Order: sequence, then C-alpha cells, then structure tokens
Amino acid sequence: MSTIKSLEDLKHAREEALKKKSAKATSGAAQIIVGMGTCGIAAGARDAMKSILETIESDSINGVIVSQTGCIGLCEKEPIVEVIIGEEPKVTYGKVSPDIAKKIVREHVVKHKIVQDHVIPM
Amino acid sequence: MRELSLHLLDIAENSIAAGAMNIQISVTEDTRMDLLQMSIEDDGRGMDADTTAKVIDPFVTSRTTRKVGLGIPLLKEAAELCNGGLAIRSQKAVGTVLEVHFQRSHIDRMPLGDLPSTILSLVVANPPVHWVFNYRFDDQSYRFDDAPIKAELDGVAMTEPPVLSCLREMLETGVKEIQQG
Repeated sequence: MSTIKSLEDLKHAREEALKKKSAKATSGAAQIIVGMGTCGIAAGARDAMKSILETIESDSINGVIVSQTGCIGLCEKEPIVEVIIGEEPKVTYGKVSPDIAKKIVREHVVKHKIVQDHVIPM
Repeated sequence: MRELSLHLLDIAENSIAAGAMNIQISVTEDTRMDLLQMSIEDDGRGMDADTTAKVIDPFVTSRTTRKVGLGIPLLKEAAELCNGGLAIRSQKAVGTVLEVHFQRSHIDRMPLGDLPSTILSLVVANPPVHWVFNYRFDDQSYRFDDAPIKAELDGVAMTEPPVLSCLREMLETGVKEIQQG
C-alpha cells in the first residue's frame, strides 16, 4: 500500500466525516480524557482508549474530543477516564475495563446518562 | 508492562509532558544481528545531566523533586534482563533521545505487542504534536508521518469516525505488511 493511496483514502474519509457532521446537529461538545501515566498504562489505559476509539468508530459517534492526561494521583483507581459534556462538571470513572469504557461512551457520551456504578466520588 | 509497545506509550508520555512539539518513535528489528531497538526522540524542554541520571535511577533522589516516575527504570531493567540496555541523551532546551535495545531472541524479551494501538492512541489524543513513527524489520520498513495527514484533514478532527477508521487501517496494514515480510 503506497502513501499516496492512503492519503486518497483519507480524503474520502474526510469528505464522509464532513457530510455526516452537517447532517447531524451537535448536542453539546463531549470530551473524553484517558489517564496515561505509567500507572494508568500498566493498569490497562491503552485498552480503555482502544475500546473508546473502537466504539466511536463502530457506532459512528461524531464530534467527540479524545485526549489524554498524565497521572492524577489516584493510581490505585486506574485506568481512569474522565468525561466532560458541554458545560457540565467533569465526571471521573475508575477501574475502566474495555467493556466499561464502551458503556461510558454509549451511555454517558451519547445519551448523557452517567454510568453511576463506576464513578469515583471526587 | 506486558508489551514493549506499552512502554513506548509510557515513554512518549514523558515527551508530551516535556512540551515536545515533534516526537519521533522508531522501532527496529534486526534478525541477523539478533537485535530489537527502540528510540523516542523529542524536542521537549530537555534535562541537565543531573536530572537525566536521576530519571534513570529514581531511588537516588526523593519523590518530591523527581518529575519522572518508574517508567524509565522499569524499561531499563527489562532491557538489561535481555542482554540489552537503555541510554538517554538530553540537552536543555533542545530535547531528549531515549534509546533502548534488547537481544531479540532472548527468552525474557517482552513481545512488541499492539504497536498500531499505541501509535493511534498517541496521534489521536495529542493532535498538537507532530508524530513520526518508523518501523523497520530487516530490509522492510514502514514510516508513518502525521504531517501530510493533518494537512489533508484540514481541520477535520481525527476522532471523526470515518477518519478514525482510515487512520487505524493505515497503521494496522503498515505494521502487518512489515511483520509478514
């Protein structure tokens, strides 16, 4: 596979993304932050991140910002995932397995329903 | 850590924390020399010689003054167990290069693991950084540079589902083709 072919694929992907974006009304920007310190990575943060990205892809969820942060001092609760919807306060989830990560995306990010069982009280 | 690609993710985190704008990750597998080598090169704020020594051996100093945790010592230990080693070259205001090598066939050498997931996580979650990933296996090589990708995307986020699929497939295919030879 040559680089040129890949960039052409990307061009199509971009056009597709723009079409979907204009078709769907955005309801409050969603941000997902994954803790990627040594503690988080050792506890499975990359698997949580992978699951989040796979869910965004498989469920075609537009307009989500995914970012990462370092250790926030709650190493025993890692992997930690934080979700911010629009102006709402940040919700912090702990011990996020790939399945829980998927649930957080589908329930909290899409339906704005907090997944109470896995919230770390801050 | 169970995979070398998880260590790469961890070390790259240090580069991000150091404010790097350009991060290059290289992985080389050389079966003829029985060598597996990885490097992470950044243009972050860099460290003086004292700090560099301390991040390699964290027990020399106290927790409060240490900026970097156990990631580097863990990787160093893993390398030394496999007849390899770890070295850091750093210069203040210039950047840092971390190099680690292993005897590739050593029984205790961790598998490389899921390289595409590591690179995808880093690229997608840190859009301001310019990422370059080089992977060489004997005479085959693969290069992923996100600069032309970002130019092509022209402001469209990498987390948009069709774009995400395209990036994931690009990395997975690129790495798989090299590994199959």
